[in-house]
Parts: sequence; structure tokens; C-alpha cells
Amino acid sequence: MIKKRSYFKSRTLAYVLILPQLLITAAFFYWPAVQGIVASFQLSDPFGFRTRFVWFDNYIALFSDPLYLQSIGITLLFSGSVAIVSISCGLFLASMANRALRLTSLTRTLLIWPYAIAPAISGILWLFLLHPSYGVVAIGMEKWLGIDWNPLLNSSNAMLMVVLASAWKNISYNFVFFLAGLQAVPHSLIEAAAMDGASPFRRFWAITFPLLSPTMFFVTVMTIIFSFFESFGVIHAVTQGGPGGSTNILVYKVYQDGFIGLNLGSSSAQSVVLMGLIILITVLQFKYVERKVQYTG
Amino acid sequence: MSKSKCFWLVMAVAMLISFAGSAFAKPIEINWWHAMRGARGEVVQKIVDGFNNSQSDYKVIPVYKGSYDEVVNAGVAAVRAGKQPHILQSFEVGTQTMMMSGAIYPVHQLMADKGYKIDWSQYLQPVLSYYMNADGNLMSMPFNSSTPVMYYNVDLFKKAGIPMLSKEKPITWDQMGEITGKLVKSGVKGGLVTAWQSWTQIENYSAIHNIPFATKANGYEGLDTELLINNEKVVNHIARLKSWMADKRFYYGGQKYQGPKSEFIAQNAGLYIDSISGIAKLKKAVHDFTWDVAPLPVESWMKEPQNSIIGGASLWVFKGLPKKDYAGVAAFLKYLAGNKSQILWHKATGYFPITLTAYDQLKAEGYYKKNPLQEVGIKQLTRRTPTKISRGLRLGYFIQIRNIINEELELVWSGKKTAQQAMDNAAARSNVKLREFERIYK
Repeated sequence: MIKKRSYFKSRTLAYVLILPQLLITAAFFYWPAVQGIVASFQLSDPFGFRTRFVWFDNYIALFSDPLYLQSIGITLLFSGSVAIVSISCGLFLASMANRALRLTSLTRTLLIWPYAIAPAISGILWLFLLHPSYGVVAIGMEKWLGIDWNPLLNSSNAMLMVVLASAWKNISYNFVFFLAGLQAVPHSLIEAAAMDGASPFRRFWAITFPLLSPTMFFVTVMTIIFSFFESFGVIHAVTQGGPGGSTNILVYKVYQDGFIGLNLGSSSAQSVVLMGLIILITVLQFKYVERKVQYTG
Repeated sequence: MSKSKCFWLVMAVAMLISFAGSAFAKPIEINWWHAMRGARGEVVQKIVDGFNNSQSDYKVIPVYKGSYDEVVNAGVAAVRAGKQPHILQSFEVGTQTMMMSGAIYPVHQLMADKGYKIDWSQYLQPVLSYYMNADGNLMSMPFNSSTPVMYYNVDLFKKAGIPMLSKEKPITWDQMGEITGKLVKSGVKGGLVTAWQSWTQIENYSAIHNIPFATKANGYEGLDTELLINNEKVVNHIARLKSWMADKRFYYGGQKYQGPKSEFIAQNAGLYIDSISGIAKLKKAVHDFTWDVAPLPVESWMKEPQNSIIGGASLWVFKGLPKKDYAGVAAFLKYLAGNKSQILWHKATGYFPITLTAYDQLKAEGYYKKNPLQEVGIKQLTRRTPTKISRGLRLGYFIQIRNIINEELELVWSGKKTAQQAMDNAAARSNVKLREFERIYK
């Protein structure tokens, strides 16, 4: 008989085997996170010669700054838009690709490609399209369509541009997962529904979509985390938080205040808030959204 | 002890001694972290090679550590770990942070300690003054310094019937209004664009017109400084630029240089304000029109315009390294300020030579006869002795303050705020930053 599971005789071996992973997590997550939390309660010069414990001063200063609250709002708007655009486009492309699966090996590769592009590069590419001074598309829009496109001064133009650049990159990631999810949907169910006379749209909503919900859930969580953190590169390359701070998302503000401005206390406090926020969002998603997810299928 | 064992022992001792010997004869290594990439990095290497070949006691090792802020961050991390380099290049906005750090060995003191008697009056004063403390002592060695000038499209000027501009006598801002008006009328898309708006339109505008940027002599005389940029003159200047936006006599091309530069290259704008480092960039990029350089405009009421102020970076020496190294650091800084290095640096990069002797030698060589563009900036910079107001700016969290100013200016350009509201707000927000900075050092 073949054993399906192997058991460790001693507990020690199990611990030894997970030790490397634990060490890596401790060294690259827990240790810096604890350092960050400590620093967020301190007032310190960049070089660390004068460090004082100031309790919650950094946090109080943050939350009494209207621009910080504005930045939270901008981040939520940005993440929400990126999630909506990249999930709906990813799902659309995946269901199209799923229909014509045989000719897709090339198409699939092409669709996955953008994910391999670093966010900053993606930002630069979009800039070459949409910058009002040297963007091909932007110049064309002004010349032939007469659209006054100016992300340098118009904050909604700028927001649109960074959302496009971030979402475009993430569409491929979502596409891969949706395609895998779609392929796991049993054909028999769909065929049965088709025989009962359900339209393609109905079949999608009543069968495919619910069976896709684990993927949908996973992709949503990942996209929101992505747009909170990874989109840094896009913002840095495209708008640097401008115009007038209108695309200054939280993670970019952490970078500006900490890395560029060397205001370590405030920057650490912002990191802690950001970490708290993302934990909160993820927990809420697990608590309320996951309930509706159907894992069996 | 057997014979062979004895042999190995002798060999081992001999090797140890020879190692120790070679280590002893090895030159002392001096690390210099910098932000000079590409062509500039090659010039840095050339200068360093020149120094290393000129003597055998010290060997300078230049290391490119990334952009300006990456270099400063690398320095901060290194000091915290006790592994600082000898020399660190830091940009001008980081001056206050470096000066207050408690990690540096002031250059004037280093040079005096190592027995160099340097006649600081032989240096370009507006360059030195940016890096001096309130007592007039030099804290860091100026390295790459630039200043903003104005570029204009000669062909578009001719077409619009505008006379060419002088390379020495600045035009007035009123004339600027007329010139840009004529340009727009002649069919050009826009008049003036500017790069680095905070640096060119507020910091330099204030220096040239001798308007205080901040209290306490622009921050030189105390951390309890407050911004004064919401004064009538600066506000009027910004309001005027905004009013010119209506007919595109002025328009906005972005915070940095890329946008405005491409507007100028595409001949969408006839005038373009940017650092003198733009000379090299435009020479490379412009093929289909002629352009020239002029000093920055001045208000008509300013009969004797002050010097403009610099941008760029300087070299800071860290303390806490082996004592014997510092003689080498001083020798290198001395070499760097020498005519040979300065002339090489200026010719290859366009950054100012930092000494008058190097400047004089360049003049004697006839360099500026052949390269008149290069002299516009240096003349504008040295046209008058710097006052306490025009010598520079010394602000904590200056990078954030520039960001704030940029943000508020963008709100003016997009019509969300008046110039007065924006400058009031910029000053108030910056003052919060200044108080935060002050609190660290209390």
C-alpha cells in the first residue's frame, strides 16, 4: 500500500525543516517591522545621534495633517480604480481566451507579458504615450480630437494616467489566474445549462462566475495589496505624486518623507499606519467576502 | 622538530612578513561616494586617476552610489553602521541636514589641521557661501555647481522680429512680457517655459532681487527660521506668470526639466529657463534651429541685480575614521580645487570652476571666446558680492519644502488657488516642517 501522507517521527526534524523559512521571515519581515514600530515612537535625526522617545507625537502630527487624510482618500480611490479596471479587464480577456483555447498559446503568452515588466518601466512606457509634451497619444489627442489633455496640471487626468499604467500591468496577472480558474470549471455543468436553454450570459453569471469566486477573491486581495505597495514605481516614474499632491498615495508619501526627506519618525509612523490599513482591509475581505466564496465545485 | 617541519615554519614566517610588508607599503585607501553617472562619472574617474598617479601614499576610490538621495541615504546608513566613507557628495538641499548631523569634519577645519593655508578669497564667493556656516567658515567642499540661465530660440525670435538678447545685461520682466507676447502673436504655441520652478522662479528670483527667502538670514543664523516667500514681490511675480498663462505667454511643462526642455526643443516655446547644464543637453538634442543663452530676467526696479544662486552638490568629509587618512583626504581636496582638475571638470561637464584662478586661466586661454555660452552663467553668478540674502538658503527638510512649493505652484497654474493663497499656504506648511526639524536638534 502506498502511504498518502508521511509523518515525522520526531518534532525536531519538522522544526528544523521550517527553520530557514522562519529565519527569512524574521529577518526580512518581523525584524524590520519591529524596528519600524519602534522608530515611529521616536524623534530622530537621520544619522541616529539624537533619538528621543516621543510617544504618539508622530501619529498625532500625521492625523492632524489634512494632507495626510487626503492621501488616505487618494490611496483608496486609486486602489479601488486599479482593482476594478484590472479585474474586469482580466476577467474579460480570460473568458475570451478560454473560448478559443486552442489558438491561445501565443496569445496567452502575449497577454501575460506585461506582468514581467517592472512598474517603473510600465510607468515610463505610459508616459511616452500620454505625456503632454512628448507623449505620442497625448499629442495626437490634442491635434485630432481637440482634447485638452494635461496630466501635469489636471489632477483627474493624472489620476487616470497612473491608474491605467498600474492596472495595465496587473491585468496580465489577473488574466492568468482567471484563465486557470475558468479552465477548472467543469464543462458538464455548462453543457447541461446550455441544453436547458441558458444564454451564454446567463451561463456565465449563474455557473462560471460563482465557481470562479475563490479566484476572484484571491485576485481581489492581491490586486489591492499590489496597488497599495507595488504601484510605487508607477507613481514615481509618472507623476511623483503631483500635480499638487493629487496622486500622492500613502506608500509614495512614506518614500518621500523617509527616503528623500529623511524624516524617519514620521515615515515610520506612516509605514505602521499603512501596514495597519492593509491588514484591516485584508481581514475585512476574509471576514465578509470570503463567506460568499464557494470553494467546492 | 623535523627538518621538513622546520622548513614549512620558516616559509610561513617569511610569507607573513612579506604580506605585512606589502600591506605596509600599500597606499591608504580613501573612499569617495558620489552621484556622478555616465560622462560625468568618467570625468570624476579621470580626476581621481590624476591624483592617484601624482603620489603613492593615498589611493582615492570613487564609488557611484546612485542618485543624489540614494548617495545621502547610503551615507546615513553607513554612518549608522560605523562604516562611513571618507568623502560623500551631497546635494545642496541636504546642506542643513549634513551640517547638523554631527557626523562631519568641517572642510575649513580639516584643511587648517592638515596645514593647508588656503586663500578662500580666491574662490567664487557665491559658490562658497552656499556651503558656509553663519561665521563664514566653509563646511563642505563645493564640487559641481550650476545656476539657472535662460535659453531662447534665435530662429523664432528672428521670425517675430525680436532683437537678440544680450549675454550680460539681463532683460526686464516687463520686456519678457512683450517678447513672449510677440512670440505668441507670430504663431508660436507658447512663450516661456521653466524647469525646476521652485529653484528658478522663487529661490533664484528672491536672491537676484535681494528679497529674503526666510527669516534669520535665510536660515543661516538659526533653526528657528520661517519662510517669507509670501511677500508681495514674489506673489506678484507668480501672479504675473499665471496671468500670462491666459494667452500662453507662459505655460507649465512640469516640475523637473524633461517636460519644459522638450517643449523648447519642439519649438513650442521660444524661451526656456533651466540650469546651465542644459547647454550640453541642448547641444546634443537640437538640430533644426539655432538657440542662444541669456541671463535671467530682472525686475525694472532692480537697478543692480544680485548674483543668482547655485544648485548642485558639495563634498562632505566624515569624521571618525583613522587619523592618518585625513591627511590624504585634505591632499585630495586640495588637488580637486587645483586649476588642472577644475578646468578639466568645467570643460567636460559645464559645471563652474570653483576658483577665480581657474576662471582666469580659462579666460586667458580664450576658452570663453570659443564657448561664449559657458560664460553667461558664471557672469550672472559673480556679478556682485553675495549679500546675506543672496548667498544661499539654509533650511532643514528643504527637499520637503521644495515639494510643498511645487505643489502649491501647481495649484496656482491650474487655477485652484490665487498666488497669494498658494504662497501663504506654502509658507505655513513649510514652517510646520521647519519646526519639526528644529525640534530634533533641541
